Amino acid sequence: MSAGGASPSSQNLLRNRRAVNLGRYWVYLFFLGELIIFSILGTNFFSAQNLQNILVASTTILLLAAGETFVILTGGIDLSVGFVMGLSCVICAKIMVTLQALGLPGSVAILLGIAGCLLIGLLPGLLNGFLIAKLRVPPFIATFGMYGIAYGLAEIISNNVPISGLPPQAGFVGNGYLLYYLPGKALSWFSPPQGISRQEIRQVVPLFPNVFLLAIIAVAIFGFILARTQFGQHTYAIGGSVDAARRAGILVDRHLIKVYMISSFFAALGGVMFTLRYVTGRADAGSARMLDAIAAVVIGGASLYGGTGTMIGSIIGTLIIGVLETGMVNLGLPTYNKYVYVGIILIMAVLIDQFFPEETKGEV
Amino acid sequence: MADQKVPLLEVKNIVKRFGGLVAVNRVSMEVYPGEVVALLGDNGAGKSTLIKVVSGVYPPDEGEIYFEGKEVKINNPMDAIQLGIETIYQDLALAENLNVYSNIFLGREKLKKWLGLVSVLDHDYMHDESKKVLDRLGIEIPSLKNKIKMLSGGQRQSVAISRSIYWKAKLLIMDEPTAALGVAEQRKVLDLVRTLKDQGVGVIIISHQLYDVFQVADRMIVLRRGEKVGERITKDTNSDEIVGLMVGAELVEDSKGEEV
Repeated sequence: MSAGGASPSSQNLLRNRRAVNLGRYWVYLFFLGELIIFSILGTNFFSAQNLQNILVASTTILLLAAGETFVILTGGIDLSVGFVMGLSCVICAKIMVTLQALGLPGSVAILLGIAGCLLIGLLPGLLNGFLIAKLRVPPFIATFGMYGIAYGLAEIISNNVPISGLPPQAGFVGNGYLLYYLPGKALSWFSPPQGISRQEIRQVVPLFPNVFLLAIIAVAIFGFILARTQFGQHTYAIGGSVDAARRAGILVDRHLIKVYMISSFFAALGGVMFTLRYVTGRADAGSARMLDAIAAVVIGGASLYGGTGTMIGSIIGTLIIGVLETGMVNLGLPTYNKYVYVGIILIMAVLIDQFFPEETKGEV
Repeated sequence: MADQKVPLLEVKNIVKRFGGLVAVNRVSMEVYPGEVVALLGDNGAGKSTLIKVVSGVYPPDEGEIYFEGKEVKINNPMDAIQLGIETIYQDLALAENLNVYSNIFLGREKLKKWLGLVSVLDHDYMHDESKKVLDRLGIEIPSLKNKIKMLSGGQRQSVAISRSIYWKAKLLIMDEPTAALGVAEQRKVLDLVRTLKDQGVGVIIISHQLYDVFQVADRMIVLRRGEKVGERITKDTNSDEIVGLMVGAELVEDSKGEEV
């Protein structure tokens, strides 16, 4: 059946197209602008070391944002990710310390700590999802409650002091890089080249922080799931119209529970990365990161009403915040300034989402 | 309608209560293959409740449902869909953020193996199959990759209908299919209903627009306050009589002695 509606004049169409494109691609322009400004104002902004710093700074945001992407796509929100990350971090550290005290070798304690933490990390999401899908608690309230619960539990488990005395091997992984490059001389995997002079050690350039690599692998896998599989398609469908999804036979409740578990899993992964990197378990490991994560997803083009957004978008959103954070450190500004800008960009992103036409309609 | 064929759908003495309210009271009706039956009545007459019983949204409190001659229990929408009963609600139940073929395959996506490992969506297959069914029904949509929100009301209606047909609907229930459409689009939807009828699909239409109903329906069933107050063959009645039944000019209608 052909469209019955009148088509807008070609001039309108062109103007509309421009607005649509601006609404869609402003993030890339923004990202570019950010890079230009910091490279002019900062010192050595494009040095290998600073670029690594950006990746490290982005790791936590990236993980939380990846999980949050699924949740926001369904039209929900997960406010608990920051403190679920803290809880996971504490649990991860606690398991490692306890197992080590029992006489297990450090590496085994680390692996079991990670595995245990990731498993336990699914529980907050399971509970969130159950409350939201089955008991119809609004996502904002369910996950806000979990925000408090997770934080309190983390403080209880850690007795309100950061957990220390972890197996030192944890730090090798968490602070290591994939590649070490001594310009013109050597390139080695996972640890600095052997048998080089002290002077040369200083010149070694580490490339690709392990934590970022692990994070990006996890994010890539879930990005694939989102973009290419039936699970991803159903996530979009639920965000587009819950009723349509339900009437099409999609098991919406079960799907939502899985989605909140994914979010919680990524928060736990964030906790693991923190533990490995800082070799400590802190209840506040991810406290303020919830804002960053939600901002990254929204900046990346996701609508808080659900149904639109991509993993690539969330990665770009993450980089925008990571660059901002690193850039301010580079300029010598205290990092808390960042929150002001992240807050502003978040609100701006939502405004752009609302006021720019999304697509040319074939008008009814 | 005295056909010797087996009815596609037959409901007998359906009762549906909501608390103290009897929304549908001992209503019986049948639909034959290739027949278009209109369900008429004022607001609150029980039309929507009755079709929701058939489509599995509300399990009935009393009464029996027969589909192709066999008694069936329809406890949820999936039961209905598996029998071949598809319902197109007024809001169409399309995911507006997905494209045309994704909606046709929503919930029943065609998958293929990626690198022999992971099941991924088979976009090409879904696109081509959707194109086939749209062609068969004579529906033109510029690109099946367009998202639903870019389509007109009539196009959306056609997508919803195509989805039902692709999934081998034997009985199609349409709730106010033309309500939100312009005149030209209304006509196309009605043409589409005739096409379905010719292909042997049974259709139940709920509509307020008597003009439409008289154009496509073979038979009309009128409900009032949850009860069936009349059933007429379209060519043996007129809109005055139907309106009379709908609003309750009882004395006149009852004396005519059709089944009440």
